[in-house]
Amino acid sequence: MSMVLTAVILMAVFGAVLGAVIGIFARYFRVESDARVELVTELLPNANCGGCGKAGCADFAKAVVAGELPPGGCPVSSRETVSAIARALGIEAGEVESKVAVVLCSGDDASTREKVLYNGVNDCVSASLVAGGPKNCAYGCLGFSSCARACPFGAIEMVNSLAVVHSELCVGCGKCVDVCPRHLIKLVPANAEVNVYCSSPAKGVEKKAYCASGCIGCRKCGKAAEGKFVFNGFCASVDYNAAELPGSDVVEKSNCPSGCLRTRQGHLEKEYAERDGVTK
Amino acid sequence: MKYLELAVGSVLVYNFVLSRFLGICPFLGVSKRLGTAMGMSGAVIFVMTLASCCTAAVQRYLLRFNIGGKEIRLDFLQILVFILVIAALVQLVEIILQKVSPALYKALGIYLPLITTNCAVMGAATLNAKAERSVLDSTLFGFFSGVGFALALLLFASLRERLELSEVPRFLQGTSIALITAGILAMAFSGFAGFC
Repeated sequence: MSMVLTAVILMAVFGAVLGAVIGIFARYFRVESDARVELVTELLPNANCGGCGKAGCADFAKAVVAGELPPGGCPVSSRETVSAIARALGIEAGEVESKVAVVLCSGDDASTREKVLYNGVNDCVSASLVAGGPKNCAYGCLGFSSCARACPFGAIEMVNSLAVVHSELCVGCGKCVDVCPRHLIKLVPANAEVNVYCSSPAKGVEKKAYCASGCIGCRKCGKAAEGKFVFNGFCASVDYNAAELPGSDVVEKSNCPSGCLRTRQGHLEKEYAERDGVTK
Repeated sequence: MKYLELAVGSVLVYNFVLSRFLGICPFLGVSKRLGTAMGMSGAVIFVMTLASCCTAAVQRYLLRFNIGGKEIRLDFLQILVFILVIAALVQLVEIILQKVSPALYKALGIYLPLITTNCAVMGAATLNAKAERSVLDSTLFGFFSGVGFALALLLFASLRERLELSEVPRFLQGTSIALITAGILAMAFSGFAGFC
């Protein structure tokens, strides 16, 4: 009994003494930290996604206070947040160009034929290592949701074995861009309404054989909106660097024969419709 | 002679990482760059030396004492007390460093609190207690063990930097090749076994 009692007393005294010592030292050796860093950290979204290139929100706040980065460097912050930070620090907000990710492929189960049945690890990199994946297209979405798992904001959904981005949830941090083994995901300006949902530069005839919605390189979109599209082999792409991005009217005007030229909303709706058709 | 034996023994023969397999977490975690490995090494040597000194004193003078001619041994409190002492010590050192030497604080940076309850630091303390070393011997043992850890970590970090430039087969890339390298390094260190 005396043993237990001594142990309890010893530990209690020990803990109290150590605590007191630390408390005293913390008081006498206090270092004034920059209050602005804490303020900015509080204003930031604190998603710690690393989209700005820093290790986390606190790190980014430090860089902003030091003047290394503009408050607009955070891709997640809304315009209001950025201006609130700028106001708090009394500096310029800096240009914010918000971006969203798009998966440039429309090869879902309904339109792309599978060449083999893949039973391996449920991961895109693994699948692409096994004979180039189960789908016939060597450039298309593999459909094993590696990007959806990487997204910290839950903005990517798998519809019909195809990754689609919900742009209202996407903040443009770029995490998904790095994980896609096919490099299908692109960060595009948030006001890019129209995209070409195909990334394969293969010949049109070849693509037609295994994918109903592959770009055949007919250049109709380029004619409908002069100078707003670029062509890589047989694949069209919106020229995201152009001064003006094509508006949603170009989809109707160009009457894309394979249907891979879609608005973001149209893409989502089409994929949902196809999924419901398939399951029925 | 005794101290030479202690030095060679704890740096090479009974290397904390490669022979005792303690402190594997920072060994794998912060060995990607030589620069960060150096910061970590400095912090480990620092904390291990201090912690060994303090825990040895605690073990000797606080856990064993006489009350009215009756000897009381509280060895069963060892781990509890050691954790408390080491954590408090590191906290204290951090507070003082931040004020007194901001440069050193920045160099040791995040690594200091990270290794507070690292098993290598705990291991050094308990090994000292088990071997019933004096406070001076314990401090030296802690210091040399830290140097041994630093040696292993720096070797491994250099190897990993080289690995980054070489062509590694896809299925071995990343952690797997790192673990294989660590194994081979441990095998090389097993050559010192029985030396002292």
